[in-house]
Amino acid sequence: MQRWSRAARTPLGIVGFGLLAVTLFLAVFAPLIWHRQAGDYDTDNLLAGASGEHWFGTDNLGRDIFYRVLVATRLSITLAVSATLIAVVVGVVLGAAPTLLGRWIGRPLIGLVNILVAFPGLLLVLFFAIVFGVGAKGAVLAVGLAGAPTFARLGHTLMAAVAGRDFVAAARASGVRPGRILVRHLLPNIAEPLIVNATIGAGGVLLSFAGLSFLGLGVQSPDYDWGRMMQDGLGGIYVHPLAALAPGAAVIIAGLAFNLSGEAVARALGVQVDVAWRAVVTPTRHRARAAAPPPADDVDPDLVLDVANLRVAFPHGGDVIRPVRGVTFQVRRGEAVGIVGESGSGKSLTALAVADLLEFPAQVDADRLAVLGTDLHDGTDHRHLLGTSVAMVFQDPMTSFNPAHRVGAQLAEAARAHQGATRKQAWRRAVDRLSAVHIHDPHRRARQYPFEFSGGMRQRAMIGMGLMGAPKLIVADEPTTALDVTVQRQVLDMLREVRTTDDVALILISHDVSVVAEVCDRVMVMYAGRVVEDLPAADLAVAARHPYTRALVAAVPDMHSDLDAPLATIFGQPVDPAHVPDGCAYAARCPLADRRCRTQEPTLTSGVACWHPGESLPVPHARDAREVDA
Amino acid sequence: MSRLDLQELTVRYRHTTAVDRVSLTVPDGEIVGLVGESGSGKSSIARAIVGLAPVSGGRIELDGRELARRGRRRPVQMVFQDPYSSLDPRMTVGESIAEAIPERLDRTVRRREVERLLHRVHLDPARAGQRPGQLSGGQRQRVALARALAGRPEVLIADEITSALDVSVQGAILNLIREMQRELGLSILFISHNLAVVRYVASRIAVMYQGRLVEDGPAAEVLGDPSHEYTRRLLAAVPAGVAGRSTHPRKEFR
Repeated sequence: MQRWSRAARTPLGIVGFGLLAVTLFLAVFAPLIWHRQAGDYDTDNLLAGASGEHWFGTDNLGRDIFYRVLVATRLSITLAVSATLIAVVVGVVLGAAPTLLGRWIGRPLIGLVNILVAFPGLLLVLFFAIVFGVGAKGAVLAVGLAGAPTFARLGHTLMAAVAGRDFVAAARASGVRPGRILVRHLLPNIAEPLIVNATIGAGGVLLSFAGLSFLGLGVQSPDYDWGRMMQDGLGGIYVHPLAALAPGAAVIIAGLAFNLSGEAVARALGVQVDVAWRAVVTPTRHRARAAAPPPADDVDPDLVLDVANLRVAFPHGGDVIRPVRGVTFQVRRGEAVGIVGESGSGKSLTALAVADLLEFPAQVDADRLAVLGTDLHDGTDHRHLLGTSVAMVFQDPMTSFNPAHRVGAQLAEAARAHQGATRKQAWRRAVDRLSAVHIHDPHRRARQYPFEFSGGMRQRAMIGMGLMGAPKLIVADEPTTALDVTVQRQVLDMLREVRTTDDVALILISHDVSVVAEVCDRVMVMYAGRVVEDLPAADLAVAARHPYTRALVAAVPDMHSDLDAPLATIFGQPVDPAHVPDGCAYAARCPLADRRCRTQEPTLTSGVACWHPGESLPVPHARDAREVDA
Repeated sequence: MSRLDLQELTVRYRHTTAVDRVSLTVPDGEIVGLVGESGSGKSSIARAIVGLAPVSGGRIELDGRELARRGRRRPVQMVFQDPYSSLDPRMTVGESIAEAIPERLDRTVRRREVERLLHRVHLDPARAGQRPGQLSGGQRQRVALARALAGRPEVLIADEITSALDVSVQGAILNLIREMQRELGLSILFISHNLAVVRYVASRIAVMYQGRLVEDGPAAEVLGDPSHEYTRRLLAAVPAGVAGRSTHPRKEFR
């Protein structure tokens, strides 16, 4: 509903809904108010032109055309809306057939619909008009049925998308009947686009109707709609143009009313962005300027990445959300650093900011953000540096490759863009890199498309793409979350191998502590946009000091978990980045929290940001019936 | 008193055989873990049991009688992997749960039943009026569990129900599954690719590989002394956990 009212506030919406309101008002009230004026015969003024008495003149019986146009609104709109309703209802029933009746009946029906959609609409209308006979009823049926295939097609496509979702499967599996699934699940979820299209369609139907009546196949005397009036006025078009043009203008205005309203709503639905602060990764870049780039001479040559007080902010409504609130860390040559945290902790945004992949409206600020000693915020273009020395591996290897290009070509493109290699050199390098990530028969594989690769192979090819240059840093964001354990093992081993053979630094982001512990030397634990603990991976199990780190470690079952004890859980909810509390962000979920924790935020000192580091946690008491909220 | 028996179950989609003559038993009141890589046919078995996939051969029996896979009353209920897509965004939590109750009940009785089910999965009954959009992933998965319980199932199928969740939430859901088995005496087929998770909840473990069942036995035996090559590979791939990091990288590329 919110989006509909937003649509009404755009200029397009104001005009559209304004016209629509006027049209509907006239449709309801014009016949009641002006019935007499429209029916009166003024025998002194037959076929008169515009005058003070008759604004648009009179027709051949001396009736006032202005009032007749107003009164005709009801019939014209009623016919158009009824025909649209017929089209939508018949269309949706046809479109739902495969879902309701099963494939055997549904498939041929949809085939038929597809043929009918290809048929010229006007021909269909005329065909049905002849079948149903001349007159308003026949015309409504004709126009309605002729419009049905379009809505059947639309309805079918929309419903197929919804029917594929798990909630429909869940309803089916729990024995809910097909009719009820249609009414409760499918229709409500396709209603918005359907209504928008029906509204736009109503404008078109209005036009077809005017056409039919104009041809004499629609409304018959003594009834009159705009099309009928146009036909009546056509004879005298040269001497008395308003008689035909006035109803014509009415058709256009009413048609626009429907079209613009539908369009306004469609736009409002189309531009809908759900979670504004979830970053979209595209090659376009935007960055805020850092205040003062510190001098670059005292740079430690071993430092691959140097981040100080990194902040990421997004405008949200009238407010600003800060999902990353001051992260400071360094990564040295060949070092593997893991970043763990729950969803919303800011771990992925930190990685994207480091690779300079956050686009507008994200605002990235940092006291220092340097890759290999070069400050990324010094105002110049660092695409070349980032393209060659930082490699990025994303969670879903299917979406990180372009499905339309061969894998080898996509790898080669990187070399050609950043190293100016020739096509041949680049291809050779691509094949070499594929073999470096242990893809068998790399010559053949390079010529294949991404869909011909398995998930694990795609992920390795992605790493291979990162290795086209001579990267100094690989940033891997949940690289194994979408993969099976056995494949996860391959990818983790791959990362480890690349690291040791090429002396590449690695940032591995995961929500799973055990994955990070497997590969990394050092682990940073993030919570609510801050690093709450930074510790050697070997210390995770025994020497973690932050209560959150300890809870994360305890929450993951491994092959040695005690089968008789319940798994540790973390009470409460992660912090909503829009409402970060005062004090320690974890305080609300922490068994050690006291007054100071709730008022003063601890800073990261000697590896941990906590007022009670390492204090023993109370033994979790038997879970009570209260909502655990996890 | 409910034992689920699959006898030579075969599921075929057009020309590919997803499940090839699998015989498996979920004993009364036990949790059987079903593991295997993606594409091994685990989910096809689940979907075939609840009537979402075609049974091309074999039988599915509940306590020795052919299982009802059609009709309003379904003795086997399923919980899906992704709680973000398994709840209708336009229905309230209460409506989603109420829909799965097989009988027609009058309004107050139905509301009380929904509240009881929400309480059962440790959610505040007042959440009945909320929509899924207002809930976290873990809370949604609890609602999905409550919906499955609403059908008063004798057997529950849990298809990767924790893999879309944060690890911090996963533990709570696993605890809940164990609790439901213990307190309601439910028989559960628990599907997952995560061996550590399966080990924690299941008393028996079955291993699928390329549409076939390659190993099936008491959890301790399968994990302690795996007989099939794939099971051994699976075991070797499990992250050692934070306690015992492996120091020798294993190499195994295909």
